[in-house]
Amino acid sequence: MRLLAATGPVIPEYAKHSTRCVVDNHLFCWGWVSSNWSSVLWPATRQHVYLALIAVSIGFVIAMGLALVAHRYRWLEQPTILVTTFLYTIPSLALFELLVAPVGANLFAAEIALISYTLLILFRNTLTGLRDVPEEVLDAAEGMGMTRAQALLRVELPLALPAIIAGMRIAVVTTIALATIVYTIYDAGLGVPIHSALGEGPFKTELIAAAVLTIALAILSDGLLVLVQRALTPWMRARSLGGQT
Amino acid sequence: MSEFVEAFEFIGRNGAVPGEPNLPSLVHLTLETLKVGAIGVAISIAIGLPLGVWLGHRHRGSFVAINVGNLGRALPSIVVLAIGDTFLGLGLTVVEVALVILAVPPIVTNAYYAVDSVDPDLVDSARGMGMSEREVLTDVELPLAVPGVFAGVRTAAVFVISTTTIASLAGFSGSLGDIIANETSYHFYGVLGAAICVAGLALAVEGALALLQRALTPRGLRAGAGERPATTIGQLGASAAAHT
Repeated sequence: MRLLAATGPVIPEYAKHSTRCVVDNHLFCWGWVSSNWSSVLWPATRQHVYLALIAVSIGFVIAMGLALVAHRYRWLEQPTILVTTFLYTIPSLALFELLVAPVGANLFAAEIALISYTLLILFRNTLTGLRDVPEEVLDAAEGMGMTRAQALLRVELPLALPAIIAGMRIAVVTTIALATIVYTIYDAGLGVPIHSALGEGPFKTELIAAAVLTIALAILSDGLLVLVQRALTPWMRARSLGGQT
Repeated sequence: MSEFVEAFEFIGRNGAVPGEPNLPSLVHLTLETLKVGAIGVAISIAIGLPLGVWLGHRHRGSFVAINVGNLGRALPSIVVLAIGDTFLGLGLTVVEVALVILAVPPIVTNAYYAVDSVDPDLVDSARGMGMSEREVLTDVELPLAVPGVFAGVRTAAVFVISTTTIASLAGFSGSLGDIIANETSYHFYGVLGAAICVAGLALAVEGALALLQRALTPRGLRAGAGERPATTIGQLGASAAAHT
């Protein structure tokens, strides 16, 4: 479908200030990366981080609120699961377009879609984490004279933390991958260089660079959350050092 | 909301656009999407299910099962498709390979956890009753693992429909994504109409698989149908794999 003229340069727009490597579309041209880092790749990476960060933060707040309410009022669990599963099932490309009609092709539409994909995971994990707190522990907290709010803040939430962070890890990695499609409605994120690489040849260097950056971002954020969990749940480490399960 | 009215009119016309006589019909593209997706899911099940079930039965390889799942989530569909497009040329084969790469992880991870977490007492008593390893697997572990195994297949199916439409962005033609990627010919109402069809298709497939799951789940397990609470990072991951 994309036939290349054998004589002309593969990437016409870049040809005038590009090296042999770029003109011949070699596998990877470091020169192109270093000369386009600050104008193309870095801005796209930064936007990508913002897209994901906003989505996961807002998604976390919403899911946390829903989970706390559903923890108190059990009947709210099923309807919430139903609605979030419904949102989660709609394919990303379709959801982005469906939001363009009422919201417009802008950052809001992109974020609403990204947020809606985090809700199911974050809600389910948070609620499971809260439910799995042993009854005896809650009894002990009550026996010590804690109010419901104190028990929630000092006992239930800390104990649910591993499950909550496990959900965050999935949500973050998922959102970073999904954000590559945002470019279809809003000009931001690492999908932009992927798209322009595809349109021009495809231009291998730009494609590989953007792909590696996206995947590296996902792995890095995942690792960061593992460290956060370690720092916030020191008792888990003590327990595993003690050899108990 | 006149856009939605026009979009439904577009669906009502079966994808016809005034002044563009040579466009494929909506029904045709929907069936193509289903065909491409069904092949991808079938191959993924053929690879992922035996692997996940076997690892779960042996209670080995949790590291592999978790990490395959996590890696799968980190791979954006468009990246896998674009790389296939760049180095192999985007035909049906390359799209199917991409679908399989993305759909196998949730199937393996869920099948692993479903079989691995079958109550060990039940497995012990099955062995004590003199069941062979094979009988333990087919008569005890697999029926009990149906909900978990299906969770993986459902995730994979939705994932595959999503990715099949994204393939159009990378230059593959032959799915509903073609319309979304071609606003010039179809106008926004066509794009919106196609998006509605894609969403409907995904929900219909998910619903059909949910019904199939219900039919296959042993009666004793149906009362608590739905998601079992997950307790480890792997299980949590398994119960909600991504579609990008």
